[in-house]
Amino acid sequence: MSTETIETRLDFIGEINNLLYASTSNPVNTCIQCGTCSGSCPVASGGFMSHTPRRIISMIRANRKEETLRANTYWYCSSCYMCTVRCPRGIDIAELMYALKRYSIWKTEYGKDLIGPTFSETFIQTIMKSGRSYEPVLATTYLFSFGFQDMLQEAATATGLMLKGRMPVLPPRIKRLENFKRMVRKIVPVEEK
Amino acid sequence: MTRKYAYFPGCSLEKMARSYHESAMETTRALDVELKEIEDWNCCGATTYFNIDELLAYTLCARNLAIAEQLKLDVVAPCSGCYKNMYSARKHLTHEPDLAQHINEALAEDDLKFAGTSEVRHLIDVLVKDVGLEEIKRRVRRPLTGLKVAPYYGCQILRPRKDHEDVESPRFFEDLMTAIGADPVEYRLKLRCCGGALLITNREAALSLVRDLLDNAVQSGAAIIATACPLCQVNLECYQKQVNTEFGTNLNVPVLYFTQLVGLALGIAPGKLGIGSELVSAMPALASVGSGGGGR
Repeated sequence: MSTETIETRLDFIGEINNLLYASTSNPVNTCIQCGTCSGSCPVASGGFMSHTPRRIISMIRANRKEETLRANTYWYCSSCYMCTVRCPRGIDIAELMYALKRYSIWKTEYGKDLIGPTFSETFIQTIMKSGRSYEPVLATTYLFSFGFQDMLQEAATATGLMLKGRMPVLPPRIKRLENFKRMVRKIVPVEEK
Repeated sequence: MTRKYAYFPGCSLEKMARSYHESAMETTRALDVELKEIEDWNCCGATTYFNIDELLAYTLCARNLAIAEQLKLDVVAPCSGCYKNMYSARKHLTHEPDLAQHINEALAEDDLKFAGTSEVRHLIDVLVKDVGLEEIKRRVRRPLTGLKVAPYYGCQILRPRKDHEDVESPRFFEDLMTAIGADPVEYRLKLRCCGGALLITNREAALSLVRDLLDNAVQSGAAIIATACPLCQVNLECYQKQVNTEFGTNLNVPVLYFTQLVGLALGIAPGKLGIGSELVSAMPALASVGSGGGGR
């Protein structure tokens, strides 16, 4: 048996490509850095991302893992898929952003000022409990991170919707909830708290 | 001949977008389309679910598809997000038998099995392609003549690309508006994102996207915006006040669902189409073309 050490650790791009194994798009390595993604991204074009999607891809290729995970780029992706349909190399960039979100939640390495991670987790807990989404519970996850003025504006919008009968009063619930929960436990085999 | 589909309303249509549900039911009935609601459907997972766990997200979609398959009908979703999620789930599971097998083990807990026999469609596509523009035109009773409409496509109805369709310069929404006698306006940002869930997770960015869109539509002459997605409708309509406060603008443009406009043109009373539940009233714009009157 050889005593030679084998490479056991994946570099960052290897990890990312593994995260995207289920996607039918081309691997991140095939990027030619043309910047079509950044130019097509409404959020990056507005200057709201710390790093453009093109830059994120170049950082992944340069193995700059921590810097990539610290970027707000992927949490500020709205999943509009404009980058994906336009990429001349056929890379599914929006799917890459999803993969980075999942990776950052798994590592709990995302900016603490971001609302996206907590919001996503609460959303899922709501679905797991009832099978359907329910806006009033979701609101509690982000409302308190808003500034006072923004919170007042949000409350005014919610009141307007309520007056028009557009806000749910009772949380919805599917009928076969027990079956649904067993189905979920088959995928994630843990007992419910 | 009545066309039948399995209907997946999605969470938003239960309350926030009740008027989309009401107008979808009324309008399709008038066009001999029967929407049979999928029994005990669950949330499709929205965009958020895919942020956490892909496998569970696909399982949620697969449950709805499996229930629809029992009806032996294709699935119709009025929400672009639900449509995209369930379309992708079906595609993915059909191409990955191992994944489908794994998910089917879980679905067995609810006595269900995914086989991939039901296709997934968006409601606007059913109206445009299955019912057909000629047929809709033939059934118009009160054409919306002179109504300047900005047809807003948004994102997930087109993207990611489902087949080989034109995702850069689609015309089907304009054509539908023309078929009901309205006057679709050309504007640059018709495919641009409304911000989606960023309205919660990055308010500053989302409000700026909403402002750009509304501004572009209004500057191009739109008196009303038509949408095919509840999230787009809520973002563009319900956040106008906040946009005005934030940017000092004076935007006040109504945003209706395409089903409400088609319904009006078919002669259905506004009250039956959920018109009146907007935060920015559509009445002034509709009255100008003589379609404002009539209750339930």
